[in-house]
Amino acid sequence: MHYNTGYHREAVPLVRRFVQMFRDAECICVPSASCVAMMREHYELIAKQKNDAALLADVHALLPRVFEFSELLTERLKAEDVGASFAHSVTYHPSCHSLRMLNIREGPLKLLRAVRGLELRDLPEKEQCCGFGGTFAVKNADVSAAMLEAKEACVINTGAEVATALDNSCLMQIYGGLHRAGSAVRTMHIAEILASTEGGT
Amino acid sequence: MSVRVGKTAAALAFPVAAKEALGNAQLRRNVHHATDVIRNKRALRVEEMPDWQQLRDTASEIKQHTLAHLDYYLEEFARNCERAGGKVHWARDADEANAIAVKIIHDFAGEAAQEVIKVKTMTSDEVQMNVALEAAGITPIETDLADMIVQMGHDEPSHIVVPALHKNRVEIRDIFRVEMNLPELTEQPEELTAAARRYLRERFLRTKIGISGANFLIADTGAVCVVESEGNGRMCVTLPEMLITLVGIEKVIPKSQDLEVFLQLLPRSATGERMNPYNSLWAGVTAGDGPREFHVILLDNGRTRLLEDELERETLQCIRCGACLNACPVYRETGGLAYGSIYSGPIGAILSPQLQSLEHSRSLPYASTLCGACYEVCPVKINIPEVLIHLRGRLVREDQKTMGGKLGMENLAMQAVAMSFMSARRYEAAQRLARMGQKLFEHDGELRNLPGLAGGWTKFRDLKAIPKQSFREWWRSEGRS
Repeated sequence: MHYNTGYHREAVPLVRRFVQMFRDAECICVPSASCVAMMREHYELIAKQKNDAALLADVHALLPRVFEFSELLTERLKAEDVGASFAHSVTYHPSCHSLRMLNIREGPLKLLRAVRGLELRDLPEKEQCCGFGGTFAVKNADVSAAMLEAKEACVINTGAEVATALDNSCLMQIYGGLHRAGSAVRTMHIAEILASTEGGT
Repeated sequence: MSVRVGKTAAALAFPVAAKEALGNAQLRRNVHHATDVIRNKRALRVEEMPDWQQLRDTASEIKQHTLAHLDYYLEEFARNCERAGGKVHWARDADEANAIAVKIIHDFAGEAAQEVIKVKTMTSDEVQMNVALEAAGITPIETDLADMIVQMGHDEPSHIVVPALHKNRVEIRDIFRVEMNLPELTEQPEELTAAARRYLRERFLRTKIGISGANFLIADTGAVCVVESEGNGRMCVTLPEMLITLVGIEKVIPKSQDLEVFLQLLPRSATGERMNPYNSLWAGVTAGDGPREFHVILLDNGRTRLLEDELERETLQCIRCGACLNACPVYRETGGLAYGSIYSGPIGAILSPQLQSLEHSRSLPYASTLCGACYEVCPVKINIPEVLIHLRGRLVREDQKTMGGKLGMENLAMQAVAMSFMSARRYEAAQRLARMGQKLFEHDGELRNLPGLAGGWTKFRDLKAIPKQSFREWWRSEGRS
């Protein structure tokens, strides 16, 4: 949030702290694509700008162990069926950072298709941004709301009961709009669906 | 030196102008429709290219190389252009470019009132050349269809490639009815085109002076290249007796062969065409063929300053295809006028403030969700989101130097959040505090009417209240730590 809004100086200690906290972790699973994008796209740059060779070395050591949640399942663990059951219709919003920065495309869909009882519905104009954009949502609230309206209409058009994504921030935006509009569509992070054993055997 | 970019100095901040644009339903329908059409056409023409990514890489490399040696290639161009009979002028800023153009016209045709025909040139809008020409008794006639509509409608361009994109056929018919005195005109495209053709032909044939922009300057031959779809450009660069080409210094490429790359990327990115219907290339003057006098005005207007920083320099790779505008979900909702600059959309959001050393267009770097759609379609691979973040950093650093900025709500909030993120204890304390504070705004588990910056959120959206137990608290209560 700090870095993307221009608070670059303030972001440096946060980067240092993250790297330090997870230094000894064998594998770092992050349930947010935009957080992973921040690490992969900017941590190295931040260390270089600070001329901090130690931090740079730490970042280089850390990054190969960082996985977005669905990536960990499909790329690292080669899993598709995680044994979940969820008897609802679901539509998947490929969040911008998962799609364009992490290049995550098929993985989450494979995971969702393997969930028992789940009916996956294709989201029209799915690659369009939901309008969240971090502080954009409040700095340019009117434009953000207009973009959200378009996304909401697409979600509602699918007739799905649940909208899911790899980013809770986008889901917070989509939920906020849907709920304000009186829609009954729920939003759930993909991990919540994959953890569900609802109606399963 | 005084760098000016269009009318940015008087423009409203983006959020304010955007709000106004969002209230114009007709404008939004026009922009949705037009950008969807161009975007889909582009996608078709790009998908059929197996080497698209290699072409992008090559184009980016050519531009990077040229910008790293810009002085060398500009001098080479100037030498070769003059050898072929052209005259090269160097303009540091908008005023200088305009003064040079007026002087050339006066030297050629005297100071009596006269007309010039113009081919689409965004650079001329950047320096507001039409205003300067009119002040000198010279009437500029825009001959690009969209530019003509904008000029006749006393409007501003809203798109780099399709300046009248915000207007539909009926609105254009109404402008033509008044300005061409054709009260019976209908909105049939054939009728509108025929009316424009009749109007323009007359002026092409009677006008002695032409002004153009350029897509490329070719250093090794001194040639100038203009690509277009309507043929008006070809008329403007061949029919007049004297031609002036105004062009930003970043438009130079080293050699003719480089066109092989750019002439594949540009039309597909800009209009979804495999090639442009008209590709005009000329060097200097040729006796008995075309203008007998040819001038090139090379414009800096803030560009050289962008060369100093490697990331900022990327901005100058732009070939003005407008693909990023058509792909941008923000532009799609607001249209181009909200940006307050003739350079709108994602590229405008980085170009306009940088040319003017962040003096104007300061809200534009924030007019993006950083969704990355612009970078994905950019034919020369300008990492626009990265440049936006960089500019936000410059703006924040500048603001923090002032007392108002330091004590501003946003800065204080950002500092406080950064502090709480630095320790688990402080973070949990902040969470507890927020849980108490939210009671004032909570209705059925939803937060409404939040104060301050968060009010921008709850004006349009609900927000689930922070749950009574956090994940960590639950984890601890389960006896796992």
